[in-house]
Amino acid sequence: MNLVDLSGNLLFTAFIAYLVGTILFGGAVKGSKNEASASNKRWGRLGIIVTIIGFLAHLGYFITRWMASGHAPVSNMFEFTTAFGMLLVGAAILFYFLYQSPLVGLFALPIAIVILGYAAMFPRDIQPLIPALQSYWLTIHVITAALGEAILAISAVAGLIYLLKNIDMTKKSKERAWLEFFMYTIVLVLGFIVITVGFRAAGYEAAFDYVDKNGAQAEVVYHMPALFGMNEYSPKTEGTMQPLAEMPAIINAKTLTTFTWSIIAGTILYFLIRLITRRRIAELVKPLAVKANSQLMDEIGYRSVLIGFPVFTLGALIFAMIWAHEAWSRFWGWDPKEVWALITWLFYAAYLHLRLSRGWEGRKSAWLAVVGFAIIMFNLVAVNLVIAGLHSYA
Amino acid sequence: MSSIKCECGHLNPEGTDICQNCGRPLSTEEKSKKLADMRYDGAAIRSKTHKRTVVDKIWNFFSSVKIGVSIIIAILVASAIGTILPQVFYIPGGGANEAQTARYYEDNYGIFGQIYNALGLSDLYGSWWFMTLVGMLGISLVVVSLDRGIPLYKSLKNQRIDRHPSFLKRQRLYGEGQVDDPDAVMKKAAEKLKSQRYNIREKNGAMLAEKGRWARWGPYVNHLGLILFLFGVMLRALPGFYVDESMWIREGETLAVKGAPGLYLENKGFTFDVYTQENTDEVFSEAIDRVGSVASNYQTDVALYETPEGELPGSTNADLVKEYSIVVNKPLKHEGFHIFQMDFKLDELSAMTFALENKETGESLGELTVNLDDPQKEYDLGNGAKVELLDYYPDFSGFEDGEPQTATPVPNNPAFLFKMITPEAPDGETSFVAIRQTLEPLGENTYKLAFQKADTRDVSGLTIRKDKTIPVIVLGGVIFMIGVVQGSYFNHRRFWIRKSDDGKIQVAGHTSKNWVALQRELDAVTEYAGLPAYTDQRDKEEQTDKPEGDSNS
Repeated sequence: MNLVDLSGNLLFTAFIAYLVGTILFGGAVKGSKNEASASNKRWGRLGIIVTIIGFLAHLGYFITRWMASGHAPVSNMFEFTTAFGMLLVGAAILFYFLYQSPLVGLFALPIAIVILGYAAMFPRDIQPLIPALQSYWLTIHVITAALGEAILAISAVAGLIYLLKNIDMTKKSKERAWLEFFMYTIVLVLGFIVITVGFRAAGYEAAFDYVDKNGAQAEVVYHMPALFGMNEYSPKTEGTMQPLAEMPAIINAKTLTTFTWSIIAGTILYFLIRLITRRRIAELVKPLAVKANSQLMDEIGYRSVLIGFPVFTLGALIFAMIWAHEAWSRFWGWDPKEVWALITWLFYAAYLHLRLSRGWEGRKSAWLAVVGFAIIMFNLVAVNLVIAGLHSYA
Repeated sequence: MSSIKCECGHLNPEGTDICQNCGRPLSTEEKSKKLADMRYDGAAIRSKTHKRTVVDKIWNFFSSVKIGVSIIIAILVASAIGTILPQVFYIPGGGANEAQTARYYEDNYGIFGQIYNALGLSDLYGSWWFMTLVGMLGISLVVVSLDRGIPLYKSLKNQRIDRHPSFLKRQRLYGEGQVDDPDAVMKKAAEKLKSQRYNIREKNGAMLAEKGRWARWGPYVNHLGLILFLFGVMLRALPGFYVDESMWIREGETLAVKGAPGLYLENKGFTFDVYTQENTDEVFSEAIDRVGSVASNYQTDVALYETPEGELPGSTNADLVKEYSIVVNKPLKHEGFHIFQMDFKLDELSAMTFALENKETGESLGELTVNLDDPQKEYDLGNGAKVELLDYYPDFSGFEDGEPQTATPVPNNPAFLFKMITPEAPDGETSFVAIRQTLEPLGENTYKLAFQKADTRDVSGLTIRKDKTIPVIVLGGVIFMIGVVQGSYFNHRRFWIRKSDDGKIQVAGHTSKNWVALQRELDAVTEYAGLPAYTDQRDKEEQTDKPEGDSNS
């Protein structure tokens, strides 16, 4: 078995371990009256052991892939997202040991699993580094930034648990609707995974010629039936679906098609779940959160921002500026990715000020943490794939 | 300024919430609370005490955290809007030409782009209002740090050891009870707290254990760092602090470095490499198959020259400083100047070779090579054949009023007006030669200039930067990081323990954050020393939300 295969197998092992870990943490939470009971400890310990095994396997994937390619595996969408998932689990383990609460693990692991699933939808082959990425700052900047984001994400996990516990699901309210919307977006990611895997298994392919925004001829291959056609497209593959609408050159119709398919699949999935269980998803998950200690979740949420904020600042802003100064001749250039890192930073700065000076604790704090996570995800997904900039490597 | 006299006799400045001497609540608001508001240890902050003059009002505006957070949110939202469409400096032409910019946004993004550009959102980060927002944030940082930092510092520096029982009672962690031997309990508690690295002070049967007070200065240190950082950015506007130029330099050319008087750069060759199956490791083969060619290197080999000190400007006498290969991520550095590999053009025309041919027989009278950098007036082919170059259009863009035009001085599309003097036509025949186009403006010719070959070379796009503000910015960044780590990773923890004559012991604890850890420490002390049990007075399942705007800060 060569390094690349080994690396792939380790990643798969980690994925399975996280699934098992989720179930074990679920057992810990379900079988206990409160956070500190004995059965909770037994299941919780098993859960954390399996999670650590998964994390070590994940780390093994990271190291072997690094050895195989000769550079830190954080250079494209698949690699970065997978590393982010790993660091998220690492942060969850850290907080387990800080607060001995299996709940954070129970909610962080499924999110890590979804993130890994999302990562696997991108090309997984090992790519050589383009000139802009050939720097040791790639390793330093990207890993530190991802670590900061992973620690900050724990605050969203704690916030989510807090909200699930404290929002009344029986009464109609804005909070209940927003919480459900958050659940719906997670289902949309699942929809993206399902639809991508589905069409991939079917081997769907449709090629088109089109005219790009510089007026040059180009070719594009869709792996899903084209709902939207590229600018002045003409089909090259026989017997495939014709696009329903043509898009102007500035819109990437292929990305839009994938996005639309994901929404369709995710929405169908969501309504299937609602139909079968006859409950809101937030309501389905709520029993797992009711045993949470709100005060503790609030504390964990705040603590993770406190720990994550300096790491994020260092990685996503300071190291980023140093590298930008070396590679692009200026330390700051208002590139969309830079701007969104700044936005994330400003957001958490606002979180801290609101909490310290205006007493935004508990529920408000929890909402802010969830919004912060949404901003981080937006920077990872939308800014890379939709908004064109210097960071569009995927 | 009026002052408030506490029951203990201490005179506190107006606006004080908690007596700075004994710790009794003073303000009615503070008295109504179950728990003491320990944010600034109850000290009076300037913005609460001075409310009369215009200066006070401005001061109070900027010292408000509510305003500070509003400014942060405004910058955040504005920044996000600026990423919807590319900013002017990322579009072709860089926004130098207003009409061209407007056309770009209209052509590419339709009516939305037109509005976006018209509203100035296409150059949002350079707009006066965005800079004003950042400036306001800077002022807010200064004011808020002075407003809160100084009272907090004084209050913590002068804190009394034996606080009033009511102060202890109003702490979040609090316990009281009878013990058999209060002195022994206090002694053991002090012992344990010392082992937890607390700094212990005792007075009149009361004890104050404190550690990590310096963590409280973290926010003020990081604000100072940010102020320095913003100051550094502002310095750029001063002349001489900031050089930002770019230049194109052809292979073989030696040019003065823009923005760096006395420096010359010679381009010894540009290299552009791609990854192929042959030159890379096997692990990459799948990716190369999928993506096709991937760039692996952009490199300009240069020699840097400098005119010696005291030489007259314009002198061509220059010494070699160094030879260097500029690649992406590895700029050439010299005397504060950084020269970066930023762009390139492959295969720019450098010379064109033509043959003077008889159109009917195809017989050639010889060849001439026009060096596009240095076109000659006349090319003598011998045997009475000669070609005169009447005019040269490096970037031919068509005719205007019958005259050939050139768009730029760059040889993207060279065109020539030749006069061919041959034995057959000693007066000369005029021919206009462009790429894939020959015109005979003055009638039918016997001869033509047939294109033979073209020589090309690469052109490197280099950026020259000098930024004297970097040290200030780096210092600001370092101080910010120190402050943010100081404030985030360290906690200020305090315990007050007090015995009364009747054998009762009171214990209270406060921390700036991380209450779980504080409780763990107090648990250990309680067990070791036999302190009365304590409770967290903030009910565990209480909704901690306060209605908006109730704590005025």
